[in-house]
Amino acid sequence: MKILVCISHVPDTTSKINFAEGDTKFDTNGVQFVINPNDEFGLTRAMWFKEKQGASVDVVNVGGPETESTLRKALAIGADGAIRVNTQPMDGLQVAKELAKVVQDGAYDLVIAGRESIDYNGGMVPGMLANLSGSNFINNCIGLEIEGNQATAIREIDGGKETLSTQLPLVIGGQKGLVEESDLRIPNMRGIMMARKKPLNVLEPLNTEASTTTNRFVKPAPKGAVKLVDIDHLDDLVNMLHTEAKVI
Amino acid sequence: MSVLVYTESQEGQFKKVALEVASYGKAVAEQLGTTLTALAFSANDPSQLGNYGVDKVLNVTSASRFDAKVYANAIKQAAEKENAKVVIVSSSADSKYLAPLLAIELDAAYASNVVATPTEVSPFTVKRSAFTNKAFSFTSLNTDVKLIGLSKNAYGLVENSGSATTEDFSPTLLDSNVEVKSVDRSTDKVTIADAEIVVSGGRGLKGPENWGIIEELAEVLGAATACSKPVSDLGWRPHSEHVGQTGKPVASNLYIAVGISGAIQHLAGINASKVKLVINTDPEAPFFKAADYGVVGDAFEVVPILIEKLKEFKSQNA
Repeated sequence: MKILVCISHVPDTTSKINFAEGDTKFDTNGVQFVINPNDEFGLTRAMWFKEKQGASVDVVNVGGPETESTLRKALAIGADGAIRVNTQPMDGLQVAKELAKVVQDGAYDLVIAGRESIDYNGGMVPGMLANLSGSNFINNCIGLEIEGNQATAIREIDGGKETLSTQLPLVIGGQKGLVEESDLRIPNMRGIMMARKKPLNVLEPLNTEASTTTNRFVKPAPKGAVKLVDIDHLDDLVNMLHTEAKVI
Repeated sequence: MSVLVYTESQEGQFKKVALEVASYGKAVAEQLGTTLTALAFSANDPSQLGNYGVDKVLNVTSASRFDAKVYANAIKQAAEKENAKVVIVSSSADSKYLAPLLAIELDAAYASNVVATPTEVSPFTVKRSAFTNKAFSFTSLNTDVKLIGLSKNAYGLVENSGSATTEDFSPTLLDSNVEVKSVDRSTDKVTIADAEIVVSGGRGLKGPENWGIIEELAEVLGAATACSKPVSDLGWRPHSEHVGQTGKPVASNLYIAVGISGAIQHLAGINASKVKLVINTDPEAPFFKAADYGVVGDAFEVVPILIEKLKEFKSQNA
Protein backbone atom coordinates (compact mmCIF):
# COMPACT_ATOMS: atom_id res chain seq x y z
CA MET A 1 0.00 0.00 0.00
CA LYS A 2 1.32 3.43 -0.98
CA ILE A 3 0.29 6.18 1.40
CA LEU A 4 0.65 9.91 0.88
CA VAL A 5 0.28 12.16 3.91
CA CYS A 6 -0.44 15.83 3.18
CA ILE A 7 1.45 18.10 5.53
CA SER A 8 0.46 21.70 6.11
CA HIS A 9 3.13 24.01 7.49
CA VAL A 10 1.27 26.13 10.04
CA PRO A 11 1.97 28.50 12.91
CA ASP A 12 2.30 26.77 16.28
CA THR A 13 -1.01 26.73 18.15
CA THR A 14 0.26 29.24 20.71
CA SER A 15 1.29 31.80 18.07
CA LYS A 16 0.14 35.37 18.26
CA ILE A 17 -1.63 36.15 15.01
CA ASN A 18 -0.56 39.38 13.32
CA PHE A 19 -0.63 40.65 9.76
CA ALA A 20 1.84 42.57 7.62
CA GLU A 21 1.98 44.45 4.31
CA GLY A 22 -1.17 46.45 4.94
CA ASP A 23 -2.96 43.51 6.59
CA THR A 24 -2.70 41.46 3.40
CA LYS A 25 -0.27 38.79 4.61
CA PHE A 26 0.21 36.70 7.72
CA ASP A 27 3.14 38.10 9.69
CA THR A 28 5.62 35.25 10.12
CA ASN A 29 7.93 37.33 12.28
CA GLY A 30 8.85 35.38 15.41
CA VAL A 31 6.40 32.60 14.58
CA GLN A 32 7.31 28.94 15.05
CA PHE A 33 5.95 26.65 12.36
CA VAL A 34 4.83 23.09 12.98
CA ILE A 35 3.12 20.19 11.27
CA ASN A 36 -0.59 20.99 11.20
CA PRO A 37 -2.03 19.09 14.22
CA ASN A 38 -4.76 17.40 12.18
CA ASP A 39 -2.09 16.17 9.76
CA GLU A 40 0.13 14.96 12.58
CA PHE A 41 -2.58 12.57 13.79
CA GLY A 42 -2.78 11.26 10.22
CA LEU A 43 0.98 10.92 9.88
CA THR A 44 1.12 8.90 13.09
CA ARG A 45 -1.64 6.63 11.84
CA ALA A 46 0.33 6.20 8.59
CA MET A 47 3.37 5.09 10.65
CA TRP A 48 1.17 2.37 12.13
CA PHE A 49 0.27 1.14 8.62
CA LYS A 50 3.96 1.22 7.72
CA GLU A 51 5.05 -0.77 10.75
CA LYS A 52 2.18 -3.27 10.92
CA GLN A 53 1.21 -3.64 7.27
CA GLY A 54 4.38 -2.78 5.36
CA ALA A 55 2.96 0.36 3.76
CA SER A 56 5.26 2.95 2.23
CA VAL A 57 4.64 6.50 3.40
CA ASP A 58 5.49 9.70 1.58
CA VAL A 59 4.69 13.19 2.79
CA VAL A 60 3.88 16.18 0.62
CA ASN A 61 3.57 19.91 1.00
CA VAL A 62 2.60 22.56 -1.53
CA GLY A 63 4.69 25.57 -0.59
CA GLY A 64 7.98 27.42 -0.68
CA PRO A 65 11.43 26.30 0.56
CA GLU A 66 10.57 27.53 4.07
CA THR A 67 8.30 24.50 4.56
CA GLU A 68 11.14 21.99 4.16
CA SER A 69 11.97 22.05 7.87
CA THR A 70 8.44 20.84 8.56
CA LEU A 71 8.76 18.10 5.90
CA ARG A 72 12.10 17.05 7.44
CA LYS A 73 10.35 16.71 10.77
CA ALA A 74 7.82 14.38 9.14
CA LEU A 75 10.73 12.36 7.72
CA ALA A 76 12.32 12.24 11.16
CA ILE A 77 9.05 10.88 12.55
CA GLY A 78 9.38 8.06 10.03
CA ALA A 79 8.05 8.93 6.56
CA ASP A 80 10.11 7.35 3.74
CA GLY A 81 10.25 10.29 1.37
CA ALA A 82 9.04 13.84 0.96
CA ILE A 83 7.75 15.90 -1.92
CA ARG A 84 7.48 19.65 -2.06
CA VAL A 85 5.56 21.29 -4.88
CA ASN A 86 7.37 24.55 -5.31
CA THR A 87 4.71 27.26 -5.35
CA GLN A 88 3.03 29.70 -2.98
CA PRO A 89 -0.60 28.65 -3.31
CA MET A 90 -3.25 31.35 -3.07
CA ASP A 91 -6.15 29.10 -2.11
CA GLY A 92 -7.23 25.56 -1.31
CA LEU A 93 -8.25 24.76 -4.87
CA GLN A 94 -4.72 25.42 -6.11
CA VAL A 95 -3.32 23.13 -3.42
CA ALA A 96 -5.84 20.42 -4.30
CA LYS A 97 -4.95 20.58 -8.00
CA GLU A 98 -1.23 20.30 -7.29
CA LEU A 99 -1.84 17.40 -4.92
CA ALA A 100 -4.08 15.63 -7.44
CA LYS A 101 -1.15 15.60 -9.88
CA VAL A 102 1.17 14.16 -7.22
CA VAL A 103 -1.40 11.49 -6.31
CA GLN A 104 -1.90 10.53 -9.93
CA ASP A 105 1.80 10.41 -10.81
CA GLY A 106 2.68 8.48 -7.66
CA ALA A 107 -0.29 6.07 -7.91
CA TYR A 108 -1.04 6.39 -4.19
CA ASP A 109 -3.71 4.10 -2.74
CA LEU A 110 -4.45 6.13 0.37
CA VAL A 111 -4.12 9.85 0.96
CA ILE A 112 -4.30 11.04 4.55
CA ALA A 113 -4.87 14.77 5.02
CA GLY A 114 -6.06 16.75 8.03
CA ARG A 115 -9.70 17.83 8.04
CA GLU A 116 -8.46 21.42 7.93
CA SER A 117 -5.31 23.42 8.52
CA ILE A 118 -5.33 25.52 11.66
CA ASP A 119 -4.23 28.65 9.79
CA TYR A 120 -6.74 29.37 7.03
CA ASN A 121 -9.32 26.79 8.21
CA GLY A 122 -10.54 26.25 4.66
CA GLY A 123 -11.42 22.61 5.22
CA MET A 124 -11.56 22.08 1.49
CA VAL A 125 -8.34 20.48 0.26
CA PRO A 126 -9.10 16.82 1.14
CA GLY A 127 -12.56 16.82 -0.47
CA MET A 128 -11.46 18.72 -3.56
CA LEU A 129 -8.48 16.40 -3.94
CA ALA A 130 -10.72 13.34 -3.66
CA ASN A 131 -13.07 14.64 -6.31
CA LEU A 132 -10.24 15.72 -8.65
CA SER A 133 -8.44 12.40 -8.31
CA GLY A 134 -11.56 10.23 -8.50
CA SER A 135 -10.97 8.74 -5.06
CA ASN A 136 -13.49 7.92 -2.38
CA PHE A 137 -13.61 10.40 0.47
CA ILE A 138 -14.25 10.28 4.22
CA ASN A 139 -14.13 13.50 6.20
CA ASN A 140 -13.75 14.09 9.96
CA CYS A 141 -12.17 10.66 10.16
CA ILE A 142 -11.47 9.47 13.72
CA GLY A 143 -10.66 5.82 13.02
CA LEU A 144 -9.23 3.97 10.03
CA GLU A 145 -8.47 0.33 9.26
CA ILE A 146 -7.34 -1.00 5.89
CA GLU A 147 -7.63 -4.65 4.85
CA GLY A 148 -6.48 -5.26 1.28
CA ASN A 149 -8.54 -2.93 -0.86
CA GLN A 150 -11.18 -2.42 1.80
CA ALA A 151 -11.27 0.49 4.23
CA THR A 152 -13.32 0.79 7.39
CA ALA A 153 -13.49 4.30 8.76
CA ILE A 154 -15.22 6.05 11.61
CA ARG A 155 -16.56 9.51 10.83
CA GLU A 156 -17.48 12.02 13.50
CA ILE A 157 -20.95 13.41 12.86
CA ASP A 158 -22.85 16.08 14.75
CA GLY A 159 -23.81 14.37 18.00
CA GLY A 160 -22.06 11.06 17.46
CA LYS A 161 -20.16 8.95 15.00
CA GLU A 162 -20.76 6.47 12.22
CA THR A 163 -18.81 3.53 10.88
CA LEU A 164 -18.36 3.47 7.13
CA SER A 165 -16.91 1.02 4.70
CA THR A 166 -15.42 1.90 1.34
CA GLN A 167 -12.64 0.96 -1.05
CA LEU A 168 -9.24 2.31 -2.01
CA PRO A 169 -8.21 4.62 -3.56
CA LEU A 170 -9.33 6.77 -0.68
CA VAL A 171 -8.72 10.27 0.64
CA ILE A 172 -9.46 11.00 4.26
CA GLY A 173 -9.79 14.27 6.16
CA GLY A 174 -8.37 13.17 9.49
CA GLN A 175 -8.34 14.59 12.98
CA LYS A 176 -7.64 13.69 16.59
CA GLY A 177 -8.96 10.21 17.26
CA LEU A 178 -7.13 8.63 14.29
CA VAL A 179 -4.54 8.11 16.99
CA GLU A 180 -4.45 9.34 20.57
CA GLU A 181 -2.56 12.44 21.57
CA SER A 182 -0.21 10.22 23.60
CA ASP A 183 0.65 8.21 20.45
CA LEU A 184 2.15 11.26 18.71
CA ARG A 185 5.88 10.91 18.22
CA ILE A 186 8.64 13.34 18.93
CA PRO A 187 11.52 12.77 16.48
CA ASN A 188 14.54 11.19 18.18
CA MET A 189 18.18 11.83 17.26
CA ARG A 190 18.40 8.72 15.10
CA GLY A 191 15.25 9.75 13.21
CA ILE A 192 16.62 13.24 12.69
CA MET A 193 19.93 11.86 11.37
CA MET A 194 18.16 9.45 9.04
CA ALA A 195 15.82 12.17 7.80
CA ARG A 196 18.80 14.09 6.41
CA LYS A 197 19.50 11.23 4.02
CA LYS A 198 15.93 10.63 2.91
CA PRO A 199 14.80 12.02 -0.44
CA LEU A 200 13.03 15.38 -0.55
CA ASN A 201 11.97 15.93 -4.13
CA VAL A 202 11.06 19.39 -5.29
CA LEU A 203 8.52 19.41 -8.11
CA GLU A 204 7.61 22.29 -10.34
CA PRO A 205 3.96 23.37 -10.06
CA LEU A 206 1.18 23.18 -12.62
CA ASN A 207 0.64 26.92 -12.25
CA THR A 208 -3.12 26.79 -12.07
CA GLU A 209 -5.17 29.85 -11.28
CA ALA A 210 -6.67 30.43 -7.85
CA SER A 211 -10.44 30.83 -7.67
CA THR A 212 -10.38 33.18 -4.71
CA THR A 213 -8.43 36.26 -3.66
CA THR A 214 -7.90 37.16 -0.04
CA ASN A 215 -7.74 40.93 0.03
CA ARG A 216 -7.29 41.75 3.67
CA PHE A 217 -7.22 40.35 7.19
CA VAL A 218 -8.63 41.90 10.32
CA LYS A 219 -8.42 40.90 13.94
CA PRO A 220 -11.53 40.72 16.13
CA ALA A 221 -12.40 43.96 17.90
CA PRO A 222 -11.02 44.06 21.43
CA LYS A 223 -13.67 43.13 23.93
CA GLY A 224 -14.79 44.96 27.02
CA ALA A 225 -13.65 44.05 30.50
CA VAL A 226 -15.13 41.05 32.26
CA LYS A 227 -17.92 41.73 34.76
CA LEU A 228 -16.95 39.94 37.93
CA VAL A 229 -19.71 38.72 40.20
CA ASP A 230 -19.21 37.73 43.82
CA ILE A 231 -20.20 34.24 44.90
CA ASP A 232 -22.77 35.81 47.26
CA HIS A 233 -24.50 37.63 44.40
CA LEU A 234 -25.11 34.88 41.91
CA ASP A 235 -28.75 36.07 41.62
CA ASP A 236 -27.34 39.16 39.95
CA LEU A 237 -25.42 36.95 37.55
CA VAL A 238 -28.55 35.04 36.59
CA ASN A 239 -30.37 38.35 36.10
CA MET A 240 -27.62 39.74 33.90
CA LEU A 241 -27.56 36.60 31.78
CA HIS A 242 -31.29 37.03 31.30
CA THR A 243 -31.84 40.78 30.89
CA GLU A 244 -28.48 42.06 29.68
CA ALA A 245 -26.90 39.20 27.74
CA LYS A 246 -30.27 37.68 26.84
CA VAL A 247 -28.87 34.18 26.69
CA ILE A 248 -31.14 32.43 29.21
CA MET B 1 -30.36 33.53 -11.84
CA SER B 2 -31.13 32.64 -8.24
CA VAL B 3 -29.60 31.79 -4.89
CA LEU B 4 -29.74 28.16 -3.74
CA VAL B 5 -29.49 26.96 -0.13
CA TYR B 6 -29.04 23.37 0.98
CA THR B 7 -31.40 22.92 3.92
CA GLU B 8 -30.58 19.89 6.04
CA SER B 9 -33.11 17.86 7.90
CA GLN B 10 -33.05 14.95 10.26
CA GLU B 11 -35.92 12.49 10.25
CA GLY B 12 -37.87 14.92 8.12
CA GLN B 13 -37.44 17.91 10.47
CA PHE B 14 -35.33 20.85 9.39
CA LYS B 15 -32.25 21.39 11.53
CA LYS B 16 -31.68 24.82 13.03
CA VAL B 17 -28.78 25.35 10.62
CA ALA B 18 -31.22 24.86 7.74
CA LEU B 19 -33.36 27.75 8.97
CA GLU B 20 -30.22 29.82 9.47
CA VAL B 21 -28.92 29.25 5.91
CA ALA B 22 -32.41 30.06 4.62
CA SER B 23 -32.44 33.35 6.59
CA TYR B 24 -28.97 34.19 5.32
CA GLY B 25 -29.80 33.10 1.77
CA LYS B 26 -32.76 35.47 1.76
CA ALA B 27 -30.48 38.40 2.63
CA VAL B 28 -28.02 37.43 -0.13
CA ALA B 29 -30.85 37.02 -2.65
CA GLU B 30 -32.12 40.50 -1.79
CA GLN B 31 -28.64 41.92 -2.19
CA LEU B 32 -28.47 40.38 -5.65
CA GLY B 33 -32.08 41.27 -6.49
CA THR B 34 -33.10 37.69 -7.08
CA THR B 35 -35.08 34.82 -5.61
CA LEU B 36 -34.18 32.11 -3.12
CA THR B 37 -34.59 28.39 -3.76
CA ALA B 38 -33.96 25.72 -1.13
CA LEU B 39 -33.01 22.12 -1.75
CA ALA B 40 -34.28 19.71 0.87
CA PHE B 41 -34.08 15.95 1.17
CA SER B 42 -37.18 14.14 2.41
CA ALA B 43 -38.49 17.08 4.42
CA ASN B 44 -41.90 16.55 6.03
CA ASP B 45 -42.99 20.15 5.73
CA PRO B 46 -40.92 21.89 3.05
CA SER B 47 -43.23 24.92 2.94
CA GLN B 48 -42.06 25.82 6.47
CA LEU B 49 -39.00 27.40 4.83
CA GLY B 50 -41.24 30.17 3.49
CA ASN B 51 -41.21 31.57 7.04
CA TYR B 52 -37.49 32.21 6.60
CA GLY B 53 -37.65 33.84 3.19
CA VAL B 54 -37.43 30.89 0.78
CA ASP B 55 -39.46 31.40 -2.40
CA LYS B 56 -39.31 27.87 -3.74
CA VAL B 57 -38.39 24.52 -2.19
CA LEU B 58 -37.17 21.58 -4.23
CA ASN B 59 -37.83 18.50 -2.14
CA VAL B 60 -35.98 15.33 -3.07
CA THR B 61 -38.01 12.34 -1.93
CA SER B 62 -36.09 9.64 -3.79
CA ALA B 63 -32.72 9.93 -2.03
CA SER B 64 -31.71 7.59 0.72
CA ARG B 65 -29.60 8.59 3.72
CA PHE B 66 -26.86 11.19 3.58
CA ASP B 67 -23.96 10.43 1.27
CA ALA B 68 -21.61 13.33 0.58
CA LYS B 69 -20.91 12.44 -3.05
CA VAL B 70 -24.52 11.64 -3.94
CA TYR B 71 -25.90 14.72 -2.20
CA ALA B 72 -23.23 17.04 -3.67
CA ASN B 73 -24.12 15.85 -7.14
CA ALA B 74 -27.85 16.32 -6.49
CA ILE B 75 -27.22 19.87 -5.23
CA LYS B 76 -25.28 20.55 -8.42
CA GLN B 77 -28.24 19.39 -10.49
CA ALA B 78 -30.55 21.67 -8.51
CA ALA B 79 -28.14 24.60 -8.97
CA GLU B 80 -28.15 24.03 -12.73
CA LYS B 81 -31.92 23.71 -12.88
CA GLU B 82 -32.34 26.97 -10.94
CA ASN B 83 -29.47 28.73 -12.68
CA ALA B 84 -28.08 29.46 -9.21
CA LYS B 85 -25.04 31.73 -9.11
CA VAL B 86 -24.63 31.55 -5.35
CA VAL B 87 -24.99 28.24 -3.48
CA ILE B 88 -25.02 28.26 0.31
CA VAL B 89 -24.45 25.41 2.76
CA SER B 90 -24.04 25.37 6.55
CA SER B 91 -21.06 24.40 8.73
CA SER B 92 -22.55 21.15 9.97
CA ALA B 93 -20.39 18.03 9.74
CA ASP B 94 -22.40 16.90 6.70
CA SER B 95 -22.20 20.28 4.93
CA LYS B 96 -18.46 20.54 5.51
CA TYR B 97 -18.14 17.00 4.13
CA LEU B 98 -19.98 17.66 0.89
CA ALA B 99 -19.00 21.31 0.21
CA PRO B 100 -15.52 20.70 -1.29
CA LEU B 101 -16.94 17.94 -3.50
CA LEU B 102 -19.68 20.32 -4.58
CA ALA B 103 -17.18 23.12 -5.31
CA ILE B 104 -15.44 20.89 -7.85
CA GLU B 105 -18.77 19.75 -9.35
CA LEU B 106 -19.93 23.36 -9.75
CA ASP B 107 -16.53 24.68 -10.78
CA ALA B 108 -17.18 27.18 -8.01
CA ALA B 109 -14.89 29.09 -5.69
CA TYR B 110 -15.65 28.04 -2.12
CA ALA B 111 -15.40 30.14 1.01
CA SER B 112 -16.02 28.29 4.29
CA ASN B 113 -16.74 29.74 7.75
CA VAL B 114 -18.40 32.84 6.32
CA VAL B 115 -19.68 35.07 9.11
CA ALA B 116 -21.68 37.82 7.37
CA THR B 117 -23.53 38.76 4.23
CA PRO B 118 -21.28 39.70 1.29
CA THR B 119 -19.49 43.00 1.80
CA GLU B 120 -19.59 43.54 -1.96
CA VAL B 121 -21.31 41.72 -4.79
CA SER B 122 -18.81 42.72 -7.48
CA PRO B 123 -16.27 41.38 -6.92
CA PHE B 124 -18.26 39.01 -4.74
CA THR B 125 -16.53 39.36 -1.37
CA VAL B 126 -17.26 37.71 1.96
CA LYS B 127 -15.90 37.97 5.47
CA ARG B 128 -14.80 34.62 6.86
CA SER B 129 -13.11 33.53 10.04
CA ALA B 130 -9.57 32.19 9.88
CA PHE B 131 -6.77 31.26 12.26
CA THR B 132 -9.38 29.50 14.38
CA ASN B 133 -11.33 32.67 15.17
CA LYS B 134 -8.20 34.69 15.92
CA ALA B 135 -8.77 36.69 12.72
CA PHE B 136 -11.09 37.30 9.79
CA SER B 137 -10.31 37.59 6.12
CA PHE B 138 -12.10 39.39 3.32
CA THR B 139 -12.06 36.98 0.42
CA SER B 140 -13.31 37.48 -3.14
CA LEU B 141 -14.79 34.57 -5.06
CA ASN B 142 -13.81 34.95 -8.68
CA THR B 143 -15.83 32.25 -10.43
CA ASP B 144 -19.20 32.48 -12.15
CA VAL B 145 -20.84 30.27 -9.51
CA LYS B 146 -19.92 30.86 -5.87
CA LEU B 147 -20.18 28.45 -2.95
CA ILE B 148 -20.52 29.73 0.61
CA GLY B 149 -20.27 27.75 3.84
CA LEU B 150 -22.04 29.79 6.52
CA SER B 151 -20.49 29.70 9.96
CA LYS B 152 -22.73 28.36 12.69
CA ASN B 153 -24.75 30.88 14.72
CA ALA B 154 -23.13 33.74 12.78
CA TYR B 155 -26.27 35.11 11.17
CA GLY B 156 -29.15 33.80 13.28
CA LEU B 157 -32.73 33.14 12.31
CA VAL B 158 -34.74 35.87 10.60
CA GLU B 159 -38.44 35.23 10.20
CA ASN B 160 -40.18 36.37 7.09
CA SER B 161 -43.82 36.68 6.18
CA GLY B 162 -43.40 35.13 2.73
CA SER B 163 -44.57 31.76 1.57
CA ALA B 164 -42.74 29.09 -0.36
CA THR B 165 -43.97 26.99 -3.24
CA THR B 166 -42.81 23.40 -3.06
CA GLU B 167 -41.92 21.09 -5.87
CA ASP B 168 -40.86 17.45 -5.93
CA PHE B 169 -37.42 17.20 -7.44
CA SER B 170 -35.97 13.97 -8.81
CA PRO B 171 -32.28 14.36 -9.61
CA THR B 172 -30.35 11.47 -11.12
CA LEU B 173 -28.75 9.89 -8.08
CA LEU B 174 -25.19 8.60 -8.33
CA ASP B 175 -24.28 5.24 -6.89
CA SER B 176 -22.79 5.50 -3.42
CA ASN B 177 -19.25 4.22 -2.84
CA VAL B 178 -19.49 4.50 0.91
CA GLU B 179 -21.61 2.13 2.93
CA VAL B 180 -22.83 3.05 6.39
CA LYS B 181 -22.28 0.09 8.72
CA SER B 182 -23.57 1.63 11.90
CA VAL B 183 -24.52 4.97 13.43
CA ASP B 184 -23.92 5.83 17.04
CA ARG B 185 -25.73 9.06 17.79
CA SER B 186 -26.80 10.01 21.26
CA THR B 187 -30.41 11.04 21.00
CA ASP B 188 -31.08 11.96 24.61
CA LYS B 189 -28.34 14.56 24.90
CA VAL B 190 -28.01 18.03 23.42
CA THR B 191 -25.09 18.05 20.98
CA ILE B 192 -22.32 20.63 21.07
CA ALA B 193 -23.10 21.43 17.44
CA ASP B 194 -26.75 22.29 18.07
CA ALA B 195 -26.57 23.66 21.59
CA GLU B 196 -27.54 27.23 22.41
CA ILE B 197 -25.62 26.87 25.66
CA VAL B 198 -22.50 24.80 26.33
CA VAL B 199 -21.19 24.00 29.82
CA SER B 200 -17.55 23.00 29.77
CA GLY B 201 -15.30 21.63 32.49
CA GLY B 202 -11.53 21.71 32.88
CA ARG B 203 -8.80 20.26 35.01
CA GLY B 204 -9.94 22.48 37.87
CA LEU B 205 -12.63 19.88 38.53
CA LYS B 206 -9.89 17.53 39.73
CA GLY B 207 -11.34 14.25 38.46
CA PRO B 208 -14.03 12.58 36.34
CA GLU B 209 -15.98 11.69 39.48
CA ASN B 210 -16.74 15.38 39.97
CA TRP B 211 -18.55 15.86 36.67
CA GLY B 212 -21.97 15.64 38.30
CA ILE B 213 -22.12 19.41 38.86
CA ILE B 214 -21.26 20.06 35.21
CA GLU B 215 -23.98 17.70 34.06
CA GLU B 216 -26.52 19.13 36.46
CA LEU B 217 -25.74 22.71 35.43
CA ALA B 218 -26.09 21.66 31.80
CA GLU B 219 -29.38 19.94 32.51
CA VAL B 220 -30.88 23.00 34.20
CA LEU B 221 -29.93 25.11 31.19
CA GLY B 222 -30.74 22.54 28.51
CA ALA B 223 -27.09 22.78 27.56
CA ALA B 224 -24.52 20.45 26.01
CA THR B 225 -21.52 19.36 28.07
CA ALA B 226 -17.96 19.84 26.84
CA CYS B 227 -14.44 19.74 28.20
CA SER B 228 -10.94 21.12 27.73
CA LYS B 229 -8.15 19.27 25.94
CA PRO B 230 -6.24 18.10 29.07
CA VAL B 231 -9.46 16.58 30.39
CA SER B 232 -10.00 14.54 27.23
CA ASP B 233 -6.30 13.64 27.04
CA LEU B 234 -6.48 12.36 30.62
CA GLY B 235 -9.45 10.24 29.63
CA TRP B 236 -11.78 11.89 32.15
CA ARG B 237 -14.24 12.66 29.35
CA PRO B 238 -14.64 11.32 25.79
CA HIS B 239 -12.83 12.99 22.86
CA SER B 240 -16.18 13.93 21.40
CA GLU B 241 -16.55 16.49 24.21
CA HIS B 242 -13.16 18.13 23.61
CA VAL B 243 -13.62 21.69 22.41
CA GLY B 244 -10.83 23.97 21.25
CA GLN B 245 -8.47 24.40 18.36
CA THR B 246 -7.91 20.70 17.70
CA GLY B 247 -11.28 19.65 19.08
CA LYS B 248 -14.76 20.76 18.21
CA PRO B 249 -15.46 24.41 17.55
CA VAL B 250 -18.16 26.03 19.67
CA ALA B 251 -20.38 28.85 18.45
CA SER B 252 -23.06 28.87 21.12
CA ASN B 253 -24.97 31.82 22.56
CA LEU B 254 -23.57 31.16 26.02
CA TYR B 255 -20.39 29.28 26.88
CA ILE B 256 -19.77 28.50 30.53
CA ALA B 257 -16.21 27.47 31.42
CA VAL B 258 -15.73 25.84 34.81
CA GLY B 259 -12.18 25.27 36.03
CA ILE B 260 -10.63 26.03 32.63
CA SER B 261 -7.70 28.43 32.69
CA GLY B 262 -8.15 29.53 29.08
CA ALA B 263 -5.11 28.46 27.08
CA ILE B 264 -4.89 30.24 23.75
CA GLN B 265 -5.81 27.03 21.87
CA HIS B 266 -8.94 26.61 23.96
CA LEU B 267 -9.99 30.23 23.52
CA ALA B 268 -9.55 29.95 19.76
CA GLY B 269 -11.99 27.08 19.59
CA ILE B 270 -14.73 28.72 21.62
CA ASN B 271 -14.29 32.34 20.60
CA ALA B 272 -17.21 32.31 18.20
CA SER B 273 -19.54 31.95 21.19
CA LYS B 274 -21.45 35.13 21.86
CA VAL B 275 -21.29 35.33 25.66
CA LYS B 276 -18.72 33.68 27.91
CA LEU B 277 -19.05 33.04 31.62
CA VAL B 278 -15.95 31.88 33.45
CA ILE B 279 -15.80 30.28 36.87
CA ASN B 280 -12.28 29.81 38.21
CA THR B 281 -10.44 29.95 41.52
CA ASP B 282 -7.52 31.81 40.00
CA PRO B 283 -8.26 35.52 39.39
CA GLU B 284 -5.20 35.58 37.12
CA ALA B 285 -6.57 32.86 34.81
CA PRO B 286 -6.20 34.15 31.24
CA PHE B 287 -9.80 33.14 30.51
CA PHE B 288 -11.09 36.13 32.50
CA LYS B 289 -9.59 38.44 29.86
CA ALA B 290 -11.73 36.75 27.21
CA ALA B 291 -14.86 36.47 29.35
CA ASP B 292 -17.96 38.64 29.54
CA TYR B 293 -18.90 37.47 33.02
CA GLY B 294 -16.74 35.90 35.67
CA VAL B 295 -16.93 34.42 39.13
CA VAL B 296 -13.70 34.03 41.04
CA GLY B 297 -14.26 31.11 43.33
CA ASP B 298 -14.16 27.39 43.90
CA ALA B 299 -16.30 25.59 41.32
CA PHE B 300 -17.47 23.14 43.97
CA GLU B 301 -18.98 26.05 45.90
CA VAL B 302 -20.04 28.32 43.03
CA VAL B 303 -21.69 25.82 40.71
CA PRO B 304 -24.15 24.30 43.21
CA ILE B 305 -25.35 27.78 44.23
CA LEU B 306 -25.61 28.81 40.59
CA ILE B 307 -27.68 25.70 39.88
CA GLU B 308 -30.07 26.64 42.72
CA LYS B 309 -30.37 30.23 41.51
CA LEU B 310 -31.01 29.06 37.95
CA LYS B 311 -33.68 26.64 39.14
CA GLU B 312 -35.40 29.48 40.99
CA PHE B 313 -35.17 31.63 37.88
CA LYS B 314 -36.54 28.86 35.68
CA SER B 315 -39.48 28.21 37.99
CA GLN B 316 -40.34 31.92 38.06
CA ASN B 317 -39.97 32.34 34.31
CA ALA B 318 -41.42 29.04 33.19
